[in-house]
Amino acid sequence: MKIAVLSGKGGTGKTLVSVNLAAVAQKSTYIDCDVEEPNGHLFFKPIDVQEEEVSVKIPQVDNERCNGCRKCVDFCKFNALAYIKDKLIIFEEICHSCGGCIMLCPEKALTEKEKGIGKMQRGISDEVTVYTGILDTGEASGISIIKKLLVNNKSKGDEQTFIDCPPGSACIVMESIKDADYCVLVAEPTLFGVHNLNMVYELVKLFNKPFGVVLNKCVDGENPAEKFCLEKNIKILKRLPFDNELGMLNSNAEIAARKTKKYYAIFSSLLETVKREVQYETTTNS
Amino acid sequence: MKQLLILSGKGGTGKTTIASAFIKLSNAKVYADCDVDAPNLHLIIGQGSEPKKTDYYGLPKSEINPELCIECDQCRQNCRFDAISVKRTYKVDSFACESCGVCEYVCPVDAISLKPAIAGELMLYTNEERVFSTAQLKMGSGTSGMLVTEVKKQMKLADPDTELAIIDGSPGIGCPFIASLSGVDMVLIVAEPSISGISDMERIIKTAAKFGTKIAICINKFDTNYANTEKIELFCKNKGLTFVGKIPFDSDAVKAINNGQTIVDINCASGLAVREAYNKAMELLFKDDNGSR
Repeated sequence: MKIAVLSGKGGTGKTLVSVNLAAVAQKSTYIDCDVEEPNGHLFFKPIDVQEEEVSVKIPQVDNERCNGCRKCVDFCKFNALAYIKDKLIIFEEICHSCGGCIMLCPEKALTEKEKGIGKMQRGISDEVTVYTGILDTGEASGISIIKKLLVNNKSKGDEQTFIDCPPGSACIVMESIKDADYCVLVAEPTLFGVHNLNMVYELVKLFNKPFGVVLNKCVDGENPAEKFCLEKNIKILKRLPFDNELGMLNSNAEIAARKTKKYYAIFSSLLETVKREVQYETTTNS
Repeated sequence: MKQLLILSGKGGTGKTTIASAFIKLSNAKVYADCDVDAPNLHLIIGQGSEPKKTDYYGLPKSEINPELCIECDQCRQNCRFDAISVKRTYKVDSFACESCGVCEYVCPVDAISLKPAIAGELMLYTNEERVFSTAQLKMGSGTSGMLVTEVKKQMKLADPDTELAIIDGSPGIGCPFIASLSGVDMVLIVAEPSISGISDMERIIKTAAKFGTKIAICINKFDTNYANTEKIELFCKNKGLTFVGKIPFDSDAVKAINNGQTIVDINCASGLAVREAYNKAMELLFKDDNGSR
């Protein structure tokens, strides 16, 4: 069972929800796909951390062989190659690693080399296996790190896996939810919150994923996000109140469910609800 | 034109809330929202007018003509992005396609071509000599860095002579963030006093420093965790980064936002604090590099 937690925007409580769900699920896997700003490991403080470099393939040129035909320069859709002053220059940061330039060089002047763009870490926190992807600063895209994180966990179908997605609804988020069985959307009770919820709502619909909403930071008074859910007939999985205790635990990177019985109970009941929903989806769709 | 970019590393720290307050306080004639994934600024700095909308074409996407395809499998084997699948016919998954053109190149029968694809929408509000540039990326599109560049280009073209432009930045440290950072005079980082917030802030400072941009820092919701607030202040001191202020958690701020107002439109604690931060930030922005204003 793979549960993806997403939010349309950062700061709504994605990490809070996914970390605590994994913690109450006990034997489980937590994958932090927010490779630009990974935070889950700050909460889990995993031990026995093993690290693996993640690299992409980019071209390198043998200037002796290059005859300046510029076929590669003309081909590259990303302008990652330029021929300036009798020399081929490669802009590594904007290369998408498609391999096209190498394929078409008539002089075989281009070859591929590995370039590190970040790393993947695996560690243990109680019974939770914690995977973290970390993009090096200055690199443009962490998609290949996310791919690696998810490929590693493809076979474990029966285990409970929680995917902490990157914010937004762009390509990087889609990569993260591709194989998810269920999506938990976290929303804030503000005008911004609804706008962002609407975007991930559109995304999960586009991908035909079953989903439900967790309303975070609920306070008394009007909740535009709740109204949105009621209007669109979206399942509300849980309402998490705004409270100082939870806020403080969370800002100190403590896992609330491991700290107090109260939060253990709240997140256990959320997990039960999610499991029921997943079960319901699989029986109605099979 | 001096450009001030407001950033946060992590979302939800109050970037847009502070950007909108700065826009009000400075009476900025020109501003932009570079969070093209989830733009929010228009929700409070509404212009009361309909924006001029332009389709934004990202990179063209591959298409396979099934009538010409001879199922040689070359395209699928050479695609590095697993974008080509075979069910009954060969097909390109436009979400996975990165528009590199390799499939088009390897196809022996010219069955594949790159076709223009709309990746988002640029919006330009112009009203009473004010210019507001923003955009919305189409769901699941991958070219957000390029769209951010377009948003800034549109902003500059609309009013190149103005003194100050305020830009609500993109989250993260990847390509949209790098695109929003390029060419700005100063970044104001909005940090949150949490362990996660500090981690994100450090990553963003590292990236901004690579570009040599002037950096100022403020803390939002500082009173939700005093110990972490102190840590951030100390961090700034040690790194020689300009600290411009602390803004308290304020439930009136949520109310203002939900009413479509900025926090300086009403009389509230966060509004008062943001004024102070604003004054310090402006001083730093307009200060010459040799120290005189």
